[in-house]
Amino acid sequence: MMADDEILTQLSIFVNNEPGRLAAVAGILKECGVNMKACNLAESNEFGILRAIVDDPDDAYERIKSKGLIVRKTDIVGISIDNVPGSLFEAADVLGKAGINIDYGYAYASKDREGLFIRVDDPMKAAEVLKSAGIDIIRRSEI
Amino acid sequence: MECMPRAELERMQYMQLKKLVNNLYSFNGFYHDRMRDAGVHPDDINCLGDIVKLPFMYKQDLRDHYPTGLFTVPGNEVVRYHVSSGTSGKPTLVGYTRGDIDYWTETLARSFTSIGIGIDDIMQVSYGYGLFTGGLGAHYGAEKVGATVVPVGTGSTERQIELMQDLDVTVLACTPSYFVHMIEVAKRMGIDIRNDTVLRKAVLGAEPWSEGMRKHIEDSTGVRAYDIYGTSEMAGPMFTECETRDGIHIPADMMYAEIIDTETGEPCADGERGELVVTMLRKEAMPLIRFRVKDICSITHEPCACGRTSPRISRIFGRADDMLIIRGINVFPSQIEYTLMHIPQVGDQYRILLDRVDSLDHAVIQVEIRPEAFSDRIEDMTRLRSHIESELKKYLNIAVTVELKAPGELPRFEGKAKRVIDRRVL
Ligand SMILES: [Zn+2]
Repeated sequence: MMADDEILTQLSIFVNNEPGRLAAVAGILKECGVNMKACNLAESNEFGILRAIVDDPDDAYERIKSKGLIVRKTDIVGISIDNVPGSLFEAADVLGKAGINIDYGYAYASKDREGLFIRVDDPMKAAEVLKSAGIDIIRRSEI
Repeated sequence: MECMPRAELERMQYMQLKKLVNNLYSFNGFYHDRMRDAGVHPDDINCLGDIVKLPFMYKQDLRDHYPTGLFTVPGNEVVRYHVSSGTSGKPTLVGYTRGDIDYWTETLARSFTSIGIGIDDIMQVSYGYGLFTGGLGAHYGAEKVGATVVPVGTGSTERQIELMQDLDVTVLACTPSYFVHMIEVAKRMGIDIRNDTVLRKAVLGAEPWSEGMRKHIEDSTGVRAYDIYGTSEMAGPMFTECETRDGIHIPADMMYAEIIDTETGEPCADGERGELVVTMLRKEAMPLIRFRVKDICSITHEPCACGRTSPRISRIFGRADDMLIIRGINVFPSQIEYTLMHIPQVGDQYRILLDRVDSLDHAVIQVEIRPEAFSDRIEDMTRLRSHIESELKKYLNIAVTVELKAPGELPRFEGKAKRVIDRRVL
């Protein structure tokens, strides 16, 4: 399997933190036919950042951008935490020991997978480290 | 004429002034009473410097004598009216004789010539036409130098950009904020001004702007931008920078310019910032003597590198009325703009919101960021916000709160931009 498949693409969208703004952004995403698999909203006082895992991110990126939203592609890694108690702690520990800092993370669940998406400085290295520690990572084809 | 030595220029200005003062004192009630009240008689004006003995005129005088109380010619000699809508109270009306229209056109023609606009140019005039002087002023001036005029006025930005392309427009005349808006709209239409149009010059004015804004406009379009100045009281837009772009030339036979200290009314030295006071030496329908324009700038009488000897005023820093006093410190919106335009992550639009919280002024500057400056990490964004705040603090000496906005979120303006919202209740 190509290493490429181990790095996932997240779309990050800038949202002004004003009443109705998030709903408006959600409306635009719907209009663009974007199918969201997981998402997370980080907020500051006056702005928010919507992070989303979607079907066909490259195509969705172009469509969202054409609507005038600020959108950016971010490489992230998915950690599978299926049925293994404590696997989240283990993953964090492995990354910490390898000097990889987690900027943020958020949960993901589908019919057959449960996991966590994490944003790190070096996603390639993070994927390698996790795999060699025997931790299952979520591949692009599995979303 | 344009390269006449200063002493000769001033001699000529003195002759014009003397004649103007004699006429007004003898034949016009308003000027007669004003001069009498100030204890000055035309015989007291014996050199150009004696102009300081004459009383000031204010915008309020124009409002008080609305509509035609300050006209000095019979009504049938007036060929046009322009009206400026006062933000508060009555509007002001300015009348023009045939001669006034001619010399207004003449000043613009000289200005356009000084920046190389001529018969081969096609000028799109995107200033408002109608009661506002911007559109018609630039229009007549451009026709006078033989350029082709596209009189689009304001609005329908997409159509404007299509016309710009279709008609091979080489010069654009509009407000700087409208040009910035056009650049954005063009980009959305997939049109790059630099490569997809033959636009090469822009004559921008009718609102204070900054060198930072100029640099931004030029960097993003390859268009050379020139500052133009004038107000409806003076007869619309009139004066531009020359090719040297080191101040706006004020032709000495048209207008006498003084810079005074707003508080004391005393003259400022060359290079010192103060309030512009104008005396229109050739205006017939409604002359002005020592009219306080309320625009803040400085003046130099040094000959320009271009060879012209007429005095030059600096870029307008702001309106004396627009000057914001935030926690006791004088701040011009243009200083805020200048600072913002030098921060690469900041986009074209910003807004200044002023509130009073617990009897303390609170300033919030909302800025649109460029898409490239966006990060998915909150820390990066808050770091950018702090950086903008500290830059503003460095240049303005006051602490302000910055709010980051997505491109397109702040209101756009087609005429004069309204970027300050002062909600302070005193
Ligand atoms: Zn010059």
